[in-house]
Amino acid sequence: GRCDVKILVAIKPVPNPDEKVKIKGDGSGIVLENIKMVVNPFCEIAVEEALRIREKLTGEVVVVTVGPKVGEQQVRTALAMGADRAVLVEAGADLDSLAVAKVLAKVVADEQAELVLMGKQSVDDDNNQVGQILAAVLGWPQATFASKVELAADNKKANVTREVDGGLETIEVGLPAVVTTDLRLNEPRYASLPGIMKAKKKELKVVPLASLGVDTAPRVKVLSYFAPKLRAGGGRVADVAELMSKLKNEAKVL
Amino acid sequence: MADILVVVEHQEGVFKKTTLSTISAAKQLSALTGGAVDALVMGIGIASVAFTVAEYGIRLVLVAESPSLGTYTAEAFAAAVAQVVKEKGYGAVFAPASTFGKDFMPRLSGLLDAPLASDIVGLEKDGDALRVKRPMYAGNAIGTVALSGSPLLFTVRQTAFDSATTSGVKATVVGTTVTVDAGRTAFLSRQETKSERPELTEARVIVSAGRGIKAQENFKMVEELADLLNAAIGASRAAVDAGWAPNDWQVGQTGKIVAPELYVALGISGAIQHLAGMKDSKVIVAINKDEEAPIFQVADYGLVADLFKAVPELIAELKKSFVATV
Ligand SMILES: Cc1cc2nc3c(=O)[nH]c(=O)nc-3n(C[C@H](O)[C@H](O)[C@H](O)COP(=O)(O)OP(=O)(O)OC[C@H]3O[C@@H](n4cnc5c(N)ncnc54)[C@H](O)[C@@H]3O)c2cc1C
Ligand SMILES: Nc1ncnc2c1ncn2[C@@H]1O[C@H](COP(=O)(O)O)[C@@H](O)[C@H]1O
Repeated sequence: GRCDVKILVAIKPVPNPDEKVKIKGDGSGIVLENIKMVVNPFCEIAVEEALRIREKLTGEVVVVTVGPKVGEQQVRTALAMGADRAVLVEAGADLDSLAVAKVLAKVVADEQAELVLMGKQSVDDDNNQVGQILAAVLGWPQATFASKVELAADNKKANVTREVDGGLETIEVGLPAVVTTDLRLNEPRYASLPGIMKAKKKELKVVPLASLGVDTAPRVKVLSYFAPKLRAGGGRVADVAELMSKLKNEAKVL
Repeated sequence: MADILVVVEHQEGVFKKTTLSTISAAKQLSALTGGAVDALVMGIGIASVAFTVAEYGIRLVLVAESPSLGTYTAEAFAAAVAQVVKEKGYGAVFAPASTFGKDFMPRLSGLLDAPLASDIVGLEKDGDALRVKRPMYAGNAIGTVALSGSPLLFTVRQTAFDSATTSGVKATVVGTTVTVDAGRTAFLSRQETKSERPELTEARVIVSAGRGIKAQENFKMVEELADLLNAAIGASRAAVDAGWAPNDWQVGQTGKIVAPELYVALGISGAIQHLAGMKDSKVIVAINKDEEAPIFQVADYGLVADLFKAVPELIAELKKSFVATV
C-alpha cells in the first residue's frame, strides 16, 4: 500500500462569522463577550482535507493552534472531527502573522510534518498571510487557495488546483509543502457524538510559547478599530417601472 | 525615506489594471514620507508591459527577464522581488491585493522578515509615524495599523485608490538581473473563465445572482440583462458552490471586492460576507422576494418581487428605452 503521511493542520479560533461584530466604545478592540467562538471556516476545510487524505493513505493528522488556552475548545472540535492529536502553543491573542508563522515553523520541525494544511484566511483579521509566510520561513513551496489537492502515489509531490482571479490554475509542488484552502475544496463533516466522546481522550499537548525560543515581538500592530461609514440604504421601489425611472432620473446610472 | 517599489501584475505579457491603483497608493506613501516610486516587471516577453507602466508618472521601470519567471509561481516571484529589494535597498514594496499579490507578498514577508499590511484602504501620518487603514471582520471594522521594520510591505485594495493616470513623461526602462530557479513549484495548466464582458473589478455595472436564481440555465437571463447594461456578472458564494457560476465571479469577503457605479443583486440575501464585497458600490439595486432580506438594508432601490417576473420585465423596459434613445 501507500506510505504514511504526516499532516499538520493549523487552526485558529474566530468569532462566529455570521454575527456582526461590535467595536468597543474606546476603539481598543472588538467586543468578544457573549460571542461564540468557532473554528475558522477555512481551517475546518483544512482539517477535512487532512482527514480525507489520511483515510486514503495512512498516517497521522496533528492539529496545532497558537493562542490563549481557551482555544482548546476549538482544538477539541477538530479532534472530534477525527484529527489524531493536538498541540496548543499557549500565547497571547495578539501575535502578528510573522510571529505565528515562526512559531508554527518550530512545531512543523518538531513534528517532522510533510504536509501543512491551513486556511487561506482567518475571517476575523482577514489577513491571508500566515500560510505563505510559513512556507517562506521553512523554505517550502506553497499552494494557496486550493480547490483540489491530489498527492502523487509516492507522496513526493502534489498537484493543487487554485482559485485565482481569472479562473483556476493547477500547479505541482514538491513535498514537503504548505497548502491553504479555499471554499470549494470540500464540505467539512460535522463532529459526530462518538467523535466528541473520543476527542476528550485524545492527546492535547500544551506548550508554553517561551519554551520555543521564537522572537514574537510585534511588527504589525492594530492600534485601534473604528466602524466604517454606514450606507444609507433601505430605499424601496414599487415595481420595475419605478426602478427604471429612478435609475434614469435620480441615480442617473442608465 | 528609501525608495518605493511597485510589483506590476500582468498575465503572460498582458498588463493588468490592478497595478494602477497600486501605483496610486505607492505615490501616496511617497508624498507622506518621500522616496521615488519605481516599478518592477517580471517574466518573459514583457517589454510592452514595461512601456505601458512607464507612462504612469513613476521614476524607473525595472525589467527582470528570466526563464524561471516565464509563468508565475509564488516561489520564483517572491525570491526575485526579494533579490531586487535587497540589492537596491527599497524601503517599501506595494502589490495589488489580487490573488497575485495575496499569494507572493506574504511569502516575501517571510523571506525578508518584513512586516506586511494586507488589503490596505488608506495611508496617513500621525505625527512622524506612518499609519495604514485596513478592513477586518468582513469590513465591519477598520483597523489603524502600525508597522515596524524594513522594508514595509503592502497589498492594496483596488477599490480604495483611484487608478493612476498617465503623466506625459515616460519613466526610464532598465533591465535588472535576477538569478532565481523555479524551486519546487511547477505551473501545469490554467482554466480561464472566458468572457467578452468587462472584468468584474473594472466594470461600471455589475449584475450578480445568488441562490434565488435556482439553476445554471437561469443565468441566461442574467447574461441578457448584463449585456444590455454592458455589465460584468458576479455571484454569491451560494451560486458558485452550486456550480452555476465560476469561482472567479464570487463577490465578497473571501472573493472579489467591487465598487461599481451600479450593482444589481438578484436573489441574494445579503449575508455579511457578501456585503463585505459590494457595499461600497455607488448605487445598489436589490431584487428579492423576501422583504426581510438584509440586502435591502444596503440597497438604494429595493424591489420586493419574484426575480423570474421582475428581471424579464426589466429586460423588456431596457430594450424599449434603448430603442427610444437610438
Ligand atoms: C468563510 C466564509 C466565507 C464566505 N465568503 C463569501 C463571499 O465571499 N461571498 C458571498 O457571497 N458569500 C460568502 N459566504 C457565504 C455567505 O455567508 C452566504 O451563505 C451566501 O452569501 C448566501 O448566498 P445567497 O445570498 O445567494 O443565498 P441565500 O442566503 O440562500 O439567499 C437567497 C436569496 O434569494 C431570494 N430568492 C429566492 N427565490 C427568489 C425569487 N424567485 N425571486 C427573488 N428572490 C428570491 C431569497 O429570498 C433569499 O434572500 C461565506 C461564508 C463563509 C462561512
Ligand atoms: N494563531 C494561529 N494559530 C494557528 N494557525 C493560525 C493562526 N493564525 C492563523 N493561522 C493559520 O493561518 C491561516 C490564515 O490566517 P491569516 O493569515 O491570519 O488570515 C488560518 O486559516 C490558519 O490556518
